[in-house]
Amino acid sequence: MSAFPPPRPGPSATGRVPLPVDPDVPVRLAVARHASHIVRDRWDILAVIAAGGAAGSAARYGTGLLLPHDAAQFPWSTFGVNIVGSVLLGLLMVFVNDVWPPHRYVRPFLGVGVLGGFTTFSTYMLDTRALVVTGHPAAAALYLGATLLVGLLAVWLGIAGGRLVAARLGRRARTRRRS
Amino acid sequence: MSLALVLVLVGGAIGAPLRYLTDLLVQARHDSVFPWGTFTVNIAGSLVLGALLGAASTGAVPEAVVTFAGTGVCGALTTFSTFGFETVRLLEEGSVAAALANAVGSLAIGLLAGAAGWVIAAALA
Repeated sequence: MSAFPPPRPGPSATGRVPLPVDPDVPVRLAVARHASHIVRDRWDILAVIAAGGAAGSAARYGTGLLLPHDAAQFPWSTFGVNIVGSVLLGLLMVFVNDVWPPHRYVRPFLGVGVLGGFTTFSTYMLDTRALVVTGHPAAAALYLGATLLVGLLAVWLGIAGGRLVAARLGRRARTRRRS
Repeated sequence: MSLALVLVLVGGAIGAPLRYLTDLLVQARHDSVFPWGTFTVNIAGSLVLGALLGAASTGAVPEAVVTFAGTGVCGALTTFSTFGFETVRLLEEGSVAAALANAVGSLAIGLLAGAAGWVIAAALA
């Protein structure tokens, strides 16, 4: 038995399709069991993700050049890309789910590719290690905690902002239909 | 265009689809709400980046390899935005234990993986 069983499905409070937990895996794709099948059936999506990943990684690299830091300094560039990418992913997921018409490439390109490539977890971990080993444990703890808490807040703000816009657009569309 | 930028572009074009593939394959193999797919790529990428930086610290790996495989591939293979999104969605769905386990577990094991990669690579290099 799983330690974290999935909740029983039911209608969401808003009546809309609820946002997925995993922003990358469409539910119907969860049956894909072999890498070769995914490559064969989804090569175009993999290509779109690769293009987005290249663009997002280049943007992250460019941010690092603009805001360089050495091992003993607070990694503002990594902090910045992770927070900005988190707000944008929250917004994007609401737009993809509730606002924009379904499109095969929007979420793979912008969400999985660009924002996934832009934000990074490995550098976040190794930046923290660098602060510890250069004798800045307090800065390391601050960086670790602040990225997590501000990052989660950023996702939540992105989702909340997106829902606000989605509700407003929905109201306007209903008013237009009535008049 | 600088060589470093080309290396990051190519590395990012490899890392991002590799994350998608891993996520699909891992998510198809369990039925809990815990985001094992993202957890897997984030820990694996932290281990590899730690090993690359550890090997580079002894001069065993050139800067260009770190830029390609570290900044490019590991940077795009791992993701903070998806990790944050999944944690927030678990909280919204009321799966507080899974959200906490994901946040604390990813950070603790990610740090351990990065440090272990560094130590092993620096010892071997």
